[in-house]
Amino acid sequence: MYNKGTIIPGLIIFVLFVTFPIWFNGLTTAGDLPKPELPPGGEKQCVESADYMRANHMQLLNEWRDNVLRDGNREILEIDGKKYPKGLQTACMACHSQKEKFCDSCHTYAAVEPYCWDCHLTPKETASKEAIH
Amino acid sequence: MKYAFSFLAVLALVLIAWLGSMIPGMQYLFGVAIPYLAILIFLGGFVYRVVQWAKSPVPFSIPTTCGQGKSLDFIKQDKLDCPTKTSEVVARMFLEIFAFRSLFRNTKSELHEGPKITYESSRWLWLAALLFHYSFLVIIIRHMRLFLNPVPQWLQFLDFLDAGAMLQVGAPLLYASDLAILAGILFLFGRRLVNRNVRYISLANDYFPLFLIFAIAATGILMRYFLRTDIDIINIKELLVGLVTLSPVINAEIGSIFYIHVFLVSALLIYFPFSKLMHMGGVFMSPTRNMANDSRAKRHINPWNDPSIKPHSYAGYEDEFREFMVDAGIPVEKELPPKKDEE
Repeated sequence: MYNKGTIIPGLIIFVLFVTFPIWFNGLTTAGDLPKPELPPGGEKQCVESADYMRANHMQLLNEWRDNVLRDGNREILEIDGKKYPKGLQTACMACHSQKEKFCDSCHTYAAVEPYCWDCHLTPKETASKEAIH
Repeated sequence: MKYAFSFLAVLALVLIAWLGSMIPGMQYLFGVAIPYLAILIFLGGFVYRVVQWAKSPVPFSIPTTCGQGKSLDFIKQDKLDCPTKTSEVVARMFLEIFAFRSLFRNTKSELHEGPKITYESSRWLWLAALLFHYSFLVIIIRHMRLFLNPVPQWLQFLDFLDAGAMLQVGAPLLYASDLAILAGILFLFGRRLVNRNVRYISLANDYFPLFLIFAIAATGILMRYFLRTDIDIINIKELLVGLVTLSPVINAEIGSIFYIHVFLVSALLIYFPFSKLMHMGGVFMSPTRNMANDSRAKRHINPWNDPSIKPHSYAGYEDEFREFMVDAGIPVEKELPPKKDEE
């Protein structure tokens, strides 16, 4: 083998790059899985099934936003006798009132930073703002 | 024909993964066994290929020189295109690897009436190659968020930039790199179809990686934005983190599109070391780029040379054969010594 002095370090760097997630994770520590806390009120029903919501909630929220803010369609959804005014704060957070324990648990795990909170307030934040004013 | 064959091969891979992953129990094969096998073949094959290249001697000093070589003091040397020092070679290699400088010089030759040939610079290939390779790199780095727990800050920042470049379109957010890789790959493919010269020299193994990478990008995009049934990122991340911590588990139903995507990536990894894709390692190993053009200053020793054969200069040669040369009337640089006696 020629030029060992450069090729072997080069190959080592390459292997380190490829195996990056293995050693960066500390080899065997998988870390904790997120455990989103179910609604404190004990509600069992949502606008769609849990499986659907897990996969598609972001698209549903976008649809609602477009309906309400862009098309002015504030039609209130009625599912199994329960009324849901389209909206993150009005519908979702009425039951899932703790963003930190529900939304954030998975979002942090998957490194997703939704921009909902650029405009929306969590019930906790609303309460603290009301206390100030 | 050549592209039809490659296309069908990729289609077959998609079908294998799609149908296979629906058989109960086969999820472990597609989600765990094949990815592990693929990464081992990729690493092993890559190292093997590089070591094989490193074992091949370079008999001659063969850097490509594309500019004025080092000469007299008042003639300006083109240091990047005709390097004579290691530092210049490193600079040349750096620009080649990170900016694809040789593609930047790509020219298009055309034959006109006359006959007359013209050359003009053609940089579309360079642009599409940059777009393709860099977006692919960004996509690979971005995927690390699915393998690392917790996710480091800089990775989230990259994600933020990539999605931010598209100004928050859709949900989940549209990535700039997704569009860039599709644009790049469609150009690289279209070029092989449209440009007659390139089309003539294109083989099935030129089209195959293009189709394969296109299919990987397409399944990824479909999974993220469209075919979201059973695509719960938490389950997927649990599997992927399991893979890199060597304790993989599949605890939930994951949509077929995920297994198709993973199977295609595995196919790419397995194919990689045995194909033209090895230009990733080869660009570092190419003697036409990584040698300095200093053969007039430094003697390049051919490793094949038999050490017992000593260099034989012309002066030495003439010393050995001068008498015979003079006899045969061949001109010599140094005459025979005058004869002394014959008295």
